[in-house]
Amino acid sequence: MTETRAAGGEPRAPEDAPPAAEGDVRVPEDAPPDAETATTEPTRRGTLLEARDVHVEFPSRGRRARAVDGVNLAIGEGEIVALVGESGCGKTTLARTLLGLERPTSGSVVYGGAPLDYGSRSLKAHRREVQLVLQDPTGSLNPRHTVYEAVAEGPRIHGLPDEQEVVATALAKAGLRPPERFFLRYPHELSGGQRQRVVIAGALALNPKVLVADEPVASLDASVRGEILALMLGLRDDLGLSALVVTHDLGLAWNIADRVAVMYLGRIVESGPVEQVLTAPRHPYTQALLSVLPESPERVVLTGEPPDPTRIPGGCRFHARCQVLASGRAAEAGVDGRCRSEPLAVLPAVSGAQVACHYAEVTS
Amino acid sequence: MTSVAWTRRRLAFGRFWDGFRHERAGVIGLAVLVAAVVLALAAPLFIGESVTNVVKGTGDRMAAPSLDYPFGTDESGRSILLMVWWGSRTSLLIGFLAALLTIGIGAVVGIAAGHFRGWIGAVLMRVTDWFLVLPSLVTALVLAAILGGSTLTIIIAIGVTSWPSTARLIRAQTLAVEARPYIERSKALGGGHWHITTRHVLPNVAPLLLASTTLEVASAIVTESTLAFLGVSANKTSWGTMLRASYDWGAVNQGAWWYILIPGLCIVAVVMAFTLCGRALESVLNPRLRKAGV
Amino acid sequence: MTALLELDDLSVTYRIAAGEVPAVRGVSLSLDSGAALGVAGESGSGKSTLAMALLRLLPRDARVGGRILLDGEDVLTMKWGRLRAVRWAEASIVFQGAQHGLNPVQRIGDQIAEPLLVHDLVKPDGARKRVAELLEQVGLPTWRAGSYPHELSGGQRQRVMIAMALACSPRLIVADEPTTALDVMVQAQVLTLIKQLIAEHGISLIMISHDLSVLADVCDRLAIMYAGRVVENGPSREVFHDARHPYGRALAAAFPTVGDPASRLAPRGLGGDPPDPMRLPTGCSFHPRCPVALAECSTLDVELWPAGEARSAACVHVRAKEEIS
Repeated sequence: MTETRAAGGEPRAPEDAPPAAEGDVRVPEDAPPDAETATTEPTRRGTLLEARDVHVEFPSRGRRARAVDGVNLAIGEGEIVALVGESGCGKTTLARTLLGLERPTSGSVVYGGAPLDYGSRSLKAHRREVQLVLQDPTGSLNPRHTVYEAVAEGPRIHGLPDEQEVVATALAKAGLRPPERFFLRYPHELSGGQRQRVVIAGALALNPKVLVADEPVASLDASVRGEILALMLGLRDDLGLSALVVTHDLGLAWNIADRVAVMYLGRIVESGPVEQVLTAPRHPYTQALLSVLPESPERVVLTGEPPDPTRIPGGCRFHARCQVLASGRAAEAGVDGRCRSEPLAVLPAVSGAQVACHYAEVTS
Repeated sequence: MTSVAWTRRRLAFGRFWDGFRHERAGVIGLAVLVAAVVLALAAPLFIGESVTNVVKGTGDRMAAPSLDYPFGTDESGRSILLMVWWGSRTSLLIGFLAALLTIGIGAVVGIAAGHFRGWIGAVLMRVTDWFLVLPSLVTALVLAAILGGSTLTIIIAIGVTSWPSTARLIRAQTLAVEARPYIERSKALGGGHWHITTRHVLPNVAPLLLASTTLEVASAIVTESTLAFLGVSANKTSWGTMLRASYDWGAVNQGAWWYILIPGLCIVAVVMAFTLCGRALESVLNPRLRKAGV
Repeated sequence: MTALLELDDLSVTYRIAAGEVPAVRGVSLSLDSGAALGVAGESGSGKSTLAMALLRLLPRDARVGGRILLDGEDVLTMKWGRLRAVRWAEASIVFQGAQHGLNPVQRIGDQIAEPLLVHDLVKPDGARKRVAELLEQVGLPTWRAGSYPHELSGGQRQRVMIAMALACSPRLIVADEPTTALDVMVQAQVLTLIKQLIAEHGISLIMISHDLSVLADVCDRLAIMYAGRVVENGPSREVFHDARHPYGRALAAAFPTVGDPASRLAPRGLGGDPPDPMRLPTGCSFHPRCPVALAECSTLDVELWPAGEARSAACVHVRAKEEIS
């Protein structure tokens, strides 16, 4: 078996092969047969934005950090996908890559069936379609710009006609009514919730198809959170907007997402419909994340910090912290050796529930 | 749409002025400055270049202050008052233009070095460092000597030697601005380099530029005086050349204190006024200093 | 049992150029020794001001009224020397944002030992032993004493902050958003640590957060603050699951339980924005955002009315119910 590290280090040209074949390309001959069966499931129809075997590496203190280490993820039309994980798991890097703000080391971002081209003109076009909402609305707004200018920024960059009309409509869609009342306000005169609405309006002004929201409510007051989430759901219902919501909050995923992908150390370890993944998690990591929520009956507090993307362990990348392996249940199922030495295949971009875990494969 | 932008600007200026009014030192500085500039601009209405003409001196040689010559006279019998008045035109002109040149180069290099993080930024910073460690006064002297003495030469000599510290300052501020999430948002909206530097970075470093311009004018006036005192001048009467002449003609030995004191005081007053204004601008325009009490 | 800490009609007003900002408006709370009290609220509710006021850490422009009795002694009228002693030996505070609470150029061992040495509680070699002991208590290896803050992760830094708070064996710890910036897993680790410390050492805790679910998990009692006042007070489980004040219900709903069908694809929030403390609404200050407001709410002066066993809430609906029964 090719060791993951070696495989990740090999330069690979971006392929146009369908995602199902990508897993094969990365892990040649001896990919586990179970993973194969999973890949046969067809990708969801109407996929809008997709990451195909994306790898993103950074130099970090003299080493290479593999922030995103092989991810297939598809966002369908009108679908809200939650990308969940701890800080440092690569979820923000993946989101930035989907926006074209980061260039994958290998693999490709596919929008509307065509791979993203990193020439400045096509990137600019991509950014009309895929918009970003950041965590901290206070920081995302230039304190010297009025609400009008903040929302008009996108339309001005792209030279849209009827600027005032566009801005007013976008503000109204984001729930700031009547829009004219907000035109001349400065961010510091608004509440946190209103600021986030301005950021969302700024994104909506370009009529995007996809919103990528990085912890959209993490820095908002508790009572305002629900309102912003309800706004995002409403936008999906009214405008058919798709969204990728990056968060560490599983409750948020439960609140608004159709599908959830759990990321650990640069890979998606479990994904599927929210009801399935969050009520019957199969990956030990997902189980642990759910168990530390207040109210949950039995806690599995993983020790240690999330490991370092510059030193991804061999075998299953979660094995060093895995409670199933530590408790000996993996040994009972006879997979402990594979957990320690055999890397798992990259999960394909399918909408059904899937998990990258030797133990779960054997026991289910 | 222009009306929205215009209203916003008017509001912003109103707020700025409100803040500035409360900085008493700044208001005093501004008053002195306005007076100095108005006097310098209005000088040709009352007097002409002839007041600096050696052969047209009408008073006694180094006469003490009197009713006819309130600030005394110099070695050629010219009125110090009128010379200082006329000389302010050269001093202020050189001060302003040299400062603009300094700020112009500094801003462009600083923003570029802060915005382009790769090799472009690195090269620009090495160049800046190289200029920073050049002994600026000596360089200015040499440059002025090579280019020959004219007002333009002096301006270039001052501008070319004093931009690196501004560039460093602006680069630091640019880096701080570039780290803000709204830059990321702007990129995600599709904004290019030009858009980000002109729409976000420049307006954010502008207050700093404005404040440092005023400080830079002060230092350019001092540099001009120093250069003149060291013998490199535009061959026009300025406060610096007057000081030089007072030294050449041994004003101290002859007890002609007014010859040294008056141009000296002019330099101090104008430089102080610029500095006070600059500090006040800094505290009004810098949101971090303004935070208190909100 | 006598209360360790008692707040009696505490009020804090900031004076700024534009006028007076009432941040805390008449809060009365009590904390038994060994108990844990959670104070919940959103930004601007006065919860952090309250925490600072407990140890008189407020800026000069704040005017404080009422009484803060720590073991029967009023913190507000204490002499400086006594206050300093109290700050270390009896009550200490853990701030939010572990990143900024530590000096980046000093080894963490020295930082933990500092209060001990300053207050002459131990000799230098005794300090080393105590630091090792403290690090062990918060679950860090003792060799970490020689590390600098940047060598630690966020969770480890928060542990160091807790070790610093524990250094002089205080009886009360005030923790202001101790887990806000941390990941779920690390947050769980820190919360477990805090729970274990209060259980093992009998330390009393006041924990401040906007996350009701975290508070309900750690604390015995909960007080919910809105616009500078306590609007609901009671045993934490009951308040979390069955708040009597509509604001309490909204806060609890903001953190949905995963698996609860009622909250699936139905995020619940509260319309409107937190009030501007300089322009508080008349009557009940919550009425403009209240989903169940009555006409009288805009004029009625609400106060904490009893709302069941050891519970109270400042809502007219609660008063009505109590009067009937």
